[in-house]
Amino acid sequence: MKPPAFKYVAARTVDEALGVLSSEGDRAKILAGGQSLTPMLNFRLAHPEVLVDINRIKELEFVAERNDGLAIGCLSRHRTIETSSSIRKQCPILSAAAEQVAHVAIRTRGTFGGSLAHADPAAEFPVIALLLDATMSIRGPKGTRSLPARDFFVNLFSTALQPDELLVDVRIPPWTPGRGWGFRELSRRPGDFAIALVAAAVTLERGKFKEVRIAMGGVGPTAMRASKAEQLLKGQAPEEEALQAAGQTAGEASDPPDDIHGSAEYRRHVVEVLTRRALKDAIERAAAS
Amino acid sequence: MSDKHTIKVRVNGIAYERDVESRLLLGDFLRENLNLTGTHFGCEHGVCGACTVLLNGQSIRSCLMFAVQADGCEITTVEGLGDPDHMHPLQQSFWDNHGLQCGFCTAGMLMTAFDLIRNYSLETEDDIRLGLSGNICRCTGYQNIVTAVREAVKTLRAKPIA
Repeated sequence: MKPPAFKYVAARTVDEALGVLSSEGDRAKILAGGQSLTPMLNFRLAHPEVLVDINRIKELEFVAERNDGLAIGCLSRHRTIETSSSIRKQCPILSAAAEQVAHVAIRTRGTFGGSLAHADPAAEFPVIALLLDATMSIRGPKGTRSLPARDFFVNLFSTALQPDELLVDVRIPPWTPGRGWGFRELSRRPGDFAIALVAAAVTLERGKFKEVRIAMGGVGPTAMRASKAEQLLKGQAPEEEALQAAGQTAGEASDPPDDIHGSAEYRRHVVEVLTRRALKDAIERAAAS
Repeated sequence: MSDKHTIKVRVNGIAYERDVESRLLLGDFLRENLNLTGTHFGCEHGVCGACTVLLNGQSIRSCLMFAVQADGCEITTVEGLGDPDHMHPLQQSFWDNHGLQCGFCTAGMLMTAFDLIRNYSLETEDDIRLGLSGNICRCTGYQNIVTAVREAVKTLRAKPIA
């Protein structure tokens, strides 16, 4: 399988990339890590006439600790996310999620922004972006706009990005003091896309849940928050019965596909179990912090 | 539509300058243009790991990158690890531990393991298995590959005798 012919442009600046997107419209596609786009070309699932390679725009490759949290450039590689000491310190669940992204050779090339813009519902980073209320910084012909993650993911493989826009960086709010986290993923082979994955972040105050965040992937058209399950737990004691109920509620809220890798019913059950386990991990870490 | 670009790359320490079509995959460039046929293409969509090479010292899939993108880069293929008369300790370990049968996946296994040994702790057998999980072998059942990598870790990390 070989990719179809296309015109290749190696952009040196964001403005240059945006210029090509502006003039070519939806005939053009951004080439970041290419770890999903190249197979899509090979399978003829995508037919762009022009590929705008952003790999040479070094200003897009950074991880920065700022007063308002972490800022991550869209071209940051999965491997950088996995090994960054800033991220391990400021946002440990993101390091844990990065370790689960595909395999080492894919992580060398694949990019944070690429994974978010591709919006595979079973991918790890969209789940984390939703879980932590990340903000997407998007550049287009009219300037820069910011969009909360919950408004960014629109549907299966589709986002709020317009054809002439580029996701330039992502801001993750500061880690809440005392927050514990859990990240649980089930796949047939380590590194494969998830049959289901659940991420949780909690804080405890006087033995009760204060902050509760639960997000899930692989079980709907986009990554999603399990809002009802979160509400159910707030103010409750972190006991088995409450976790059971939260798991069940998350499972009911999921909208999983029914395919060769697992039936919808099975995936809903997996969500229940993973939600419980992710919450338990989060509670343990919150108690230890 | 033909869209050609001139690229300069260093492969296994040798500088090359070539005109390539933008759609040419890096692995095809290595095989067809440079005749470095040690790199194998299996699935051609990033699943099997057979085409793994090093780009600036880190493992990548050569089926998921275009040759034109490698302009100015340093690439290492299995030919750059060693040759039959001067095998790299990792290759020697695959030989000693019978870490291959048909050999189709071997170049990818070697290049992945090379990156893992240099950049990951690989303290346990599970670490090795997890690290190699993106490389498919249809012959060996993996046991001897894991053993070969484990033994190579010992050899390569052994403190040199003063």
